[in-house]
Amino acid sequence: MSTVARKKSLIWDYLTTVDHKKIAILYLIAGGLFFIMGGIEALFIRIQLAVPNNDFVSAGLYNEILTMHGTTMIFLAAMPLVFAMMNAVVPIQIGARDVAFPFLNSLGFWLFFFGGLFLNLSWFLGGAPDAGWTSYASLSLESPGHGIDFYVLGLQISGLGTLIGGINFLVTIVNMRAPGMTYMRMPLFTWTTFVASALILFAFPPLTVGLIFLMMDRLFGGNFFDPALGGNTIIWEHLFWIFGHPEVYILVLPAFGIFSEIISTFSKKRLFGYSSMVFATVLIGFLGFMVWAHHMFTVGMGPIANAIFAVATMAIAVPTGIKIFNWLFTMWGGSIRFTTPMLYAVGFIPSFVMGGVTGVMNATAAADYQYHDSYFVVAHFHYVIVGGVVFALLAGAHYWWPKMFGKMLSEKLGKVTFWLFFIGFHLTFFIQHFLGLMGMPRRVFTYLPGQGWETGNLISTIGAFFMAAGTIVLLVNIVITTVKGKKAEADAWGDGRTLEWAVSSPAPEYNFAQTPLVRGLDALWVEKMEGKKGLTPAEPLGDIHMPNPSFLPFVISLGLFISALGFMYHNDHSWGLMVGIVGLLITFGAMFLRSVIDDHGYHIHKEEIIEAEKKGAKA
Amino acid sequence: MHVEEKLTAETFPASPEKATLEGKNKFLGFWFFLGGETVLFASLFATFLALRDRTAGGPSSDELFKMSIVFIATMLLLTSSLTSVYAMYHMKNFDFKKMQLWLGITVLLGAAFLGLEIYEFYEYVHEGLTFSTSAFASAFYTLVGTHGAHVAFGLLWILTLMIRNAKRGLDLYNAPKFYVASLYWHFIDVVWVFIFTVVYLMGMVG
Amino acid sequence: MAQHTNSGNPNVDLAYRRKKNAEDMKHQVISFALMIFLTLVAFFAIGYDKFSPWFSVPFILLLAIVQVGFQLYYFMHMSHKGHELPALFLYSGVFVAFLTIWAFMTIVWW
Repeated sequence: MSTVARKKSLIWDYLTTVDHKKIAILYLIAGGLFFIMGGIEALFIRIQLAVPNNDFVSAGLYNEILTMHGTTMIFLAAMPLVFAMMNAVVPIQIGARDVAFPFLNSLGFWLFFFGGLFLNLSWFLGGAPDAGWTSYASLSLESPGHGIDFYVLGLQISGLGTLIGGINFLVTIVNMRAPGMTYMRMPLFTWTTFVASALILFAFPPLTVGLIFLMMDRLFGGNFFDPALGGNTIIWEHLFWIFGHPEVYILVLPAFGIFSEIISTFSKKRLFGYSSMVFATVLIGFLGFMVWAHHMFTVGMGPIANAIFAVATMAIAVPTGIKIFNWLFTMWGGSIRFTTPMLYAVGFIPSFVMGGVTGVMNATAAADYQYHDSYFVVAHFHYVIVGGVVFALLAGAHYWWPKMFGKMLSEKLGKVTFWLFFIGFHLTFFIQHFLGLMGMPRRVFTYLPGQGWETGNLISTIGAFFMAAGTIVLLVNIVITTVKGKKAEADAWGDGRTLEWAVSSPAPEYNFAQTPLVRGLDALWVEKMEGKKGLTPAEPLGDIHMPNPSFLPFVISLGLFISALGFMYHNDHSWGLMVGIVGLLITFGAMFLRSVIDDHGYHIHKEEIIEAEKKGAKA
Repeated sequence: MHVEEKLTAETFPASPEKATLEGKNKFLGFWFFLGGETVLFASLFATFLALRDRTAGGPSSDELFKMSIVFIATMLLLTSSLTSVYAMYHMKNFDFKKMQLWLGITVLLGAAFLGLEIYEFYEYVHEGLTFSTSAFASAFYTLVGTHGAHVAFGLLWILTLMIRNAKRGLDLYNAPKFYVASLYWHFIDVVWVFIFTVVYLMGMVG
Repeated sequence: MAQHTNSGNPNVDLAYRRKKNAEDMKHQVISFALMIFLTLVAFFAIGYDKFSPWFSVPFILLLAIVQVGFQLYYFMHMSHKGHELPALFLYSGVFVAFLTIWAFMTIVWW
């Protein structure tokens, strides 16, 4: 039966897959494409700002590009790429055959994908959103056309997908761990995924509500943010940042996890201070919810509120500092191999520390009145997001590429990418601190000469092209590797410590022929130290239960996409309402089908597994 | 044990909702979801509290609210929470028919609640409080309407489960589904307790 | 699997379980009666115009919290074992909910 199920065209296979490893690849491809689009938008921004009084793009188009750059990079590039890593690695790291909710996992991807598609349709349907990625209501309510509506509905759909993905990982990590995999034996990437998923669970609902309000105000005659009828635009700011600040940790905690794995592997040492790392991760997650208003110091919340949020914000530097020192001590005395992922990890530490230091500077509420809305803030958050998250995603992509695709990326080209990207990154953003301190406001589309900003902006633009070159080298590397890359071993780097390096590269669809027995932190390393080649099995070889593929996640998401298009135009065209309702009917109809059609999955038989394992061992 | 195996009262486990891995996952995942829903409704409540006096010249809550309707609606929903507890009681005792009966009563009570809420909104609109009247109006209709949408979804969900499994009886495949649906129903009641307290009762004293 | 059977005789276990379920049900009916009572008190406290809002508002909020406790711990079985993580995540949600509502009532003012 399973052999029959596997004989399908590649496209149909991916459209219906519920396999976390294939969903990881989907996230990687979609997130990668959006990352490139966001990168092109960034280049347009930097070209426009390269010289004063430039007219490369008009002011209105600049606003659209700037908004789409931020929105795309956070929601459509960083988030899905983080999910790609989680999907590729976490289930295998905990010794599980699958995630808790394979169907929902696939639904999460397709919702994100259709949300992102919807958002980017705006370019072709009358203009993109132009009120910044924060889309403050006082501005976004006044924005003409449908740009903001694309933002609201697109993010609503993709946010739903993220929430579902988060719940899936929470339950997977709680319920699906292999025997012996206690909480305090979980690899740090799994821990950070767990905490980040919890943050998703609590941070995305406020965004959902904020987006509902904005949708009501713009499309259905609501008055949440209209002061003339008693509304209050500050409500949007609060809801957005109650989501928005934890969002930073949702991105950066998995990044910390990725670096923890890489640093430990390539230092050939157990992670220093494992329990304090876990503690710091949880503490950052907890504190992350009490600091949102530091984005709003200049709103006028009053000195008491500002002081409370300032102190809470500074407190986060403590657990983050714990982590920095633990990474340094892991490397201390280790036998370090400077592979491409390790280069990113080593480059990440000073870069991220700089982002952290400027973060504490911004947290000082009184001083923030100077930094606010200047390029200093732009520099700060790019040091955190690029220096932290993007470095981690690039590192993780190189590190786990063999596990995802079965082939090693070229180390030579990988290092070229790293140096181009690393140098380009600092060229672009370091100077922006000073541009900000010299008074250059963020989000301006051009500036006048004679203010001392020319050189800084030119340097910044040159840096952006270095990063673009690095990305192109990475793409070339991917193509070359795909065509004639070296087949990867199970333990692709030779020093693997965690369970994902015990299964063949790429992992078989059932992950583990026999569920492993975990006998300590760094489970594979424990076995290696005892001279064993493989893992200790926790069960005899037997048939393996697998979930059935399904096309319904695609249909459910497509329904919402159609519905969003309809409702967006319901004030302009008479067909709008109809289309909106039809879309919802498609979604609910597909949910109904899912509910009434029993899905018990299928079994891969023992003989097939033995066959597959032999093949895997030979190759 | 296989999920579709025909069971008897003797072989039916004590916690059927958690007897299979799938059931355990559903159970935990749904509780986590309720944690997220808590924050969702909190955001709606917070906004309502910030905007509840912003009537912009339109009707205010103490002029408008009909406490008799609210009282009856509250009683209906509270009772439906108890009847769904009865349904789960019979599920644990492997009495499928009685479970269906009590679920049926739950659905009827829920539908009556929803009908009252629609009637209530209809009345308020006629008294001049439309969705667009004021910030208070938007916040009120969105908060209470989101709850109402949850009720409607819950009704459809429970009905679907009842009809789908009518001929099949209880097994370990559908027991977690019934259990999770009843958790959802209780959560709707939890939210309503805060709605009648914060929106309606506090709305009467200003 | 998760069947906590002690004796070998399923009929004895069944009788025991039924009795335990019936006992649970009794608690649930009692908590339902209390919930109805609390609701009546809340409606009464608002209807009775001799109470100042400074008393009645905190009072009915307290009643609501007590009533929700009954829902969670009896109707939704949070008092049973195996609910540690549900409780952890629900209370984390309540924590974020509290922060949100608190902020909206104190620093959103114009």
